[in-house]
Amino acid sequence: MTAATTTTYIGARVPRKEDPRLITGDGLFTDDVTLPGMVYVSLVRSPHAHARIRRIDTTAATEEPGVVAVLTGKELEATGALPVFITVPSMNGSKHMPITTDKARYAGDAVAAVVAESRDAAKRAADAVTVDYEPLPVVVDATKALEPGAPIVHEEMKSNLVFTYPVKGGDVDKAFRDADVKVKLRLVNQRLIPNAMEPRAAVAKFEAGELTLWSTTQIPHFVQLIVALNLGLSQNKVRVIAPEVGGGFGSKLQVYAEELIVGHLAKTLGRPVKWTEERREGYLATIHGRDHVSDVELAAKRDGTILGLRVRTVANMGAYLQAFAPGIPTILHVFVVPGAYRIPAFDYEMRGAYTNTTPVDAYRGAGRPESAYVIERAIDRLADEIGMDPAEVRRRNFIPADAFPFNTISGLTYDSGDYAPALERALAMADYKGFEKRRAEAKARGNYRGIGISSYVEICGLAPSKANSALGVGWGGYESARIRVHPTGAVQVFTGTSPHGQSHETSWAQIAADALGITPNDIEVRHGDTFESPGMGVGTFGSRSLAVGGIEVHKAAEKVREKVIQIGAHLLEASPDDMVVEGGKVFVKGVPDKAKNFGDISMAAYLANNLPEGMEPGLEATVYYDPPNFTFPFGTHIAEVEIDGETGAVELVNYSACDDCGRQINPMIVEGQLHGGITQGIGQALYEAAIYDDNGQLLSGSMMEYHVPTAENVPAFKLDHTMTLTTTNPLGVKGIGEAGTIGSTPAVANAVIDALSPLGIKHLDMPFTPEKVWRAIETAGGEGRR
Amino acid sequence: MITHPFTYRAPSTIEEAVAALGRSRDAKVIAGGHSLLPLMKLGLAQPDALVDLRRIASLRDIRAEADGTIVVGALATHRSIAEDRTIVSKLAALAEAAAAVGDPLVRARGTIGGSLAHADPAADEPAPVLAFDALIRAIGSKGKRDIRAGEYFKAAFETALAPDEIVAEIRFPAQTGRTGSAYVKFAHPASRFAVVGVAATVTLKGDGTVERAAIGVTGAADAPFRAAQAEKAITGTKGDAKAIAAAAAKAAEGITTLSDLVASSDYRRHLVTVYARRALERATQRAQG
Amino acid sequence: MGQAITVTINGAKQTKDVEPTQLLVELLRDTLGLTGTHVGCDTSQCGACTVLVDGRATKSCTILAVQTDGAEVVTVEGLAKNGELHPVQRAFASEHALQCGFCTPGLLITAVDFLARNPTPTDSEIRHAIEGNLCRCTGYHNIVNAVRSAAEMMTTTAQPKVAAGVKR
Repeated sequence: MTAATTTTYIGARVPRKEDPRLITGDGLFTDDVTLPGMVYVSLVRSPHAHARIRRIDTTAATEEPGVVAVLTGKELEATGALPVFITVPSMNGSKHMPITTDKARYAGDAVAAVVAESRDAAKRAADAVTVDYEPLPVVVDATKALEPGAPIVHEEMKSNLVFTYPVKGGDVDKAFRDADVKVKLRLVNQRLIPNAMEPRAAVAKFEAGELTLWSTTQIPHFVQLIVALNLGLSQNKVRVIAPEVGGGFGSKLQVYAEELIVGHLAKTLGRPVKWTEERREGYLATIHGRDHVSDVELAAKRDGTILGLRVRTVANMGAYLQAFAPGIPTILHVFVVPGAYRIPAFDYEMRGAYTNTTPVDAYRGAGRPESAYVIERAIDRLADEIGMDPAEVRRRNFIPADAFPFNTISGLTYDSGDYAPALERALAMADYKGFEKRRAEAKARGNYRGIGISSYVEICGLAPSKANSALGVGWGGYESARIRVHPTGAVQVFTGTSPHGQSHETSWAQIAADALGITPNDIEVRHGDTFESPGMGVGTFGSRSLAVGGIEVHKAAEKVREKVIQIGAHLLEASPDDMVVEGGKVFVKGVPDKAKNFGDISMAAYLANNLPEGMEPGLEATVYYDPPNFTFPFGTHIAEVEIDGETGAVELVNYSACDDCGRQINPMIVEGQLHGGITQGIGQALYEAAIYDDNGQLLSGSMMEYHVPTAENVPAFKLDHTMTLTTTNPLGVKGIGEAGTIGSTPAVANAVIDALSPLGIKHLDMPFTPEKVWRAIETAGGEGRR
Repeated sequence: MITHPFTYRAPSTIEEAVAALGRSRDAKVIAGGHSLLPLMKLGLAQPDALVDLRRIASLRDIRAEADGTIVVGALATHRSIAEDRTIVSKLAALAEAAAAVGDPLVRARGTIGGSLAHADPAADEPAPVLAFDALIRAIGSKGKRDIRAGEYFKAAFETALAPDEIVAEIRFPAQTGRTGSAYVKFAHPASRFAVVGVAATVTLKGDGTVERAAIGVTGAADAPFRAAQAEKAITGTKGDAKAIAAAAAKAAEGITTLSDLVASSDYRRHLVTVYARRALERATQRAQG
Repeated sequence: MGQAITVTINGAKQTKDVEPTQLLVELLRDTLGLTGTHVGCDTSQCGACTVLVDGRATKSCTILAVQTDGAEVVTVEGLAKNGELHPVQRAFASEHALQCGFCTPGLLITAVDFLARNPTPTDSEIRHAIEGNLCRCTGYHNIVNAVRSAAEMMTTTAQPKVAAGVKR
């Protein structure tokens, strides 16, 4: 590179380019797409969690006014099966048809589709479809699903075991033999419902041999690929558009049945087709998250030094494997369980089980919140056991800053890290030293007050592609970007990432602006349309967009910059080495008057009559980039709670976090990601749980029962950061989309247990609902009661 | 989305509304709609006709009568009740209950009349209506009648209203002497309904002893109820912390408490005693001025 | 059977034939194409569909279109006046109070109604006021900041704090 990129906009709080349309109602979400002649789909879903389908009678539904078609699974087999993109060793994959034909495997499994002239008509007709079910025994609990004699979800497999995934390092048996202290915990990481505020939707039209599909997706390119393959269309004739997408958190990281169904129907009926999820329907038919039960054993010395960690977990996969599901409890979970600590011996066995429940896949953090919960709860148990300050136990076991890059016992190589400063800053923000006084004051009020720490490490940006492949991940770890400078100097950035709230239009413009010496306002970032994309995009998930997609934008911009310099030097008759690209101009270093405007350069590139010898006309660049490694953000979160001694109600009174995601492109956006992530993690700790009865009925089946946190449930957050650049990419950026969720849940859990520890309570499972806490206090003797 | 068809009319007098109710087999009155429409969207209510009271402006009024009775029109929204100065000063428990309904958007449209007619066992306002011994004035084809709060709530979603009767207003008797009231609530985190809500009114004699106390409890049982044993226990005491605690401990006596995902029967029973104590403490403090 | 209603929407009086079953949000989105108002749930919990009906922030999924006969309705599309954004809109942008933007129209409307009644709110009053609007992205932190900032703008007619592209 002839000149270093300056950072005028990288690191600045640039206002979002997305906002003007979103605050005026101009943003176009999938359900906003209405086309002439459109018909509407409603799906008939099984009320039974497990039932053989004897017969489906569609006669009455067909006779309902406005009905266009009523279709069973057999009539929709042309949609093909739903894909699974990850294969782990020993995996028993399930066949997953958009509409099941033989039996319903969870309450919500679709058994028929109705197409009608209006949404109301479709829904009325769906209610008129009668299905003769033969109910079968149901299994909801993953551990029970693996016991002999359990009802089998997929009979052809003879067992509900999806996989056994062992990861070992060091001599764990010896660690436990040598240990002064052993602590044991059974941890339930409960099932959650993602609850992106925008329900899913899909709209398809088929015109002139071309299928256009608008979808609420995080991965339009994967959807395009599967729709083309399944529906027998050439990929160039399938255009998938993810317009505004109203949050995803993993729940839209899928190729869903409804996308294939509306695509197929648009193609066969020749009319545009829309499906929009109702929220209660989504609670059944959109993936859930988490749902692990772990037996955790930690071996340590009396001085707090950890010697070994042994974990046995069963992950509930639900009734079918979804797109990324096999990788969540394995690749994204097991390896990072050792967290921020030097652990010499590690033995983890993860088993996945099919059950008669909604499929489980990625939910914000996707495996890593479960990891942080395992290690951070175990550390606190150890601290309690040896009577040491939990902060001190963490300090003693942290991987030291000079040990990076660090090869973990689980086989990862952490890129960079400096864990202690984040902990110390968080402790200071939280006034950790003053806490015991606050505990005593609360006690005087009859309440229990606790403080909890979580020092997390997480993985972002699965890469490189070869490593992905070795792990069984069936896609590349790259991303793609194209920058096109038009003759007038107008700049478009096309990205394969597909945001749904992450502010890519702003951050990517900041990155490109610095390389091109222009402002973010000069740059338009386009995304979420496979016909406008640079090529194959992977998508937005796993906090990968910046560390992979943002780097592509940077690299493409650097390529364009290089050409700008060459053309500028040629026109100014100066050496490329002396050129400065800044302030919308290219000029000779020290001679700002000897300059060409950015637009002059782009025009010259297209006039092409005065370019350096051998240079191609035009001014654009396309980059595919495969990062050499993951990135590993980290940080410490501290929660403080006060528990009503009489009712068990937990109030989160203080929250402090110091995070390190490497270089921040836009601190305002980083903070926003943290606020939201932290709140979702708090939701898990205090409020959220998908609860099934033994018959597989989802009891927490609507927003009336399942509590998504409100503004009154969370405090204002105190945030700070440290900045440890990654060595994985040239910008030094890591990722922040999931860190808040990963860090917060164990912090709140540790705070609640800390509050109750004077009563001798060692552990409770999440969520810490008032009754659960009250019962624990009662059982323990409730000394704080009046 | 509401898929079940119905006719709609919005008459301008209550008499017309009563007549309209009589004309359909399964007609429902709609006021703020915040109880009924959610049920209709879920298909749990499928009326064939809706009679909307919104054009009957007189039903919105909140006024004090010469004898001190405070009359709250059935169409008064929770928000207008919570913000009404007379109610805030004279009927604090009612203002607090109205302020605790649902969320600000629900309070902006939902009405007290709708809430009482719907009679969700977890609704807030029944608690102060019981504690204040209010009268529910209903108008039907046979004319108007006043129903005592204690006789109004029959069971979950069941009231003393006849099918063709409409709640017109709620009449709160004048609060005399040194009286204080309060409503406290343990809310369902998601639905915001009362898991337990307790309204208490306490009237003190000149010497500070409790002359009279009334405790209305909602959310805990199949229907809102008066905690008679607790009321009896507090009456005649000094209204000190000990007396209040002893009385509150009896607040769930004889009651079969509900059980759901958020609170088991035992826990609800416990919450009733805790919230009865808190309501009595606050009401007594207010009575003491 | 349809019924004719006359309703003023974002300042324009219109007469529309509506079915009694039609919810206000369905009239806005399906009939009038005002898709800025969103539907996020089916149990009146999320507040994404909030609009002003006669000045009151109202969940448009929990009111029938026929009930708005004679009413004045303002949606997110009607907040800006003469091309000038409402202070609440400006504050949401300057405080980064939105991410995916799906819940934003409802929150903007709720804030407009709230600030009309409480021009100088405390943070805890703001949190209480937006309790009927769920947001899954922001953790509400910046929404509280935005409502406070809008209140300040509206009482002092100040400009938003952050100018375009200012370095930290």
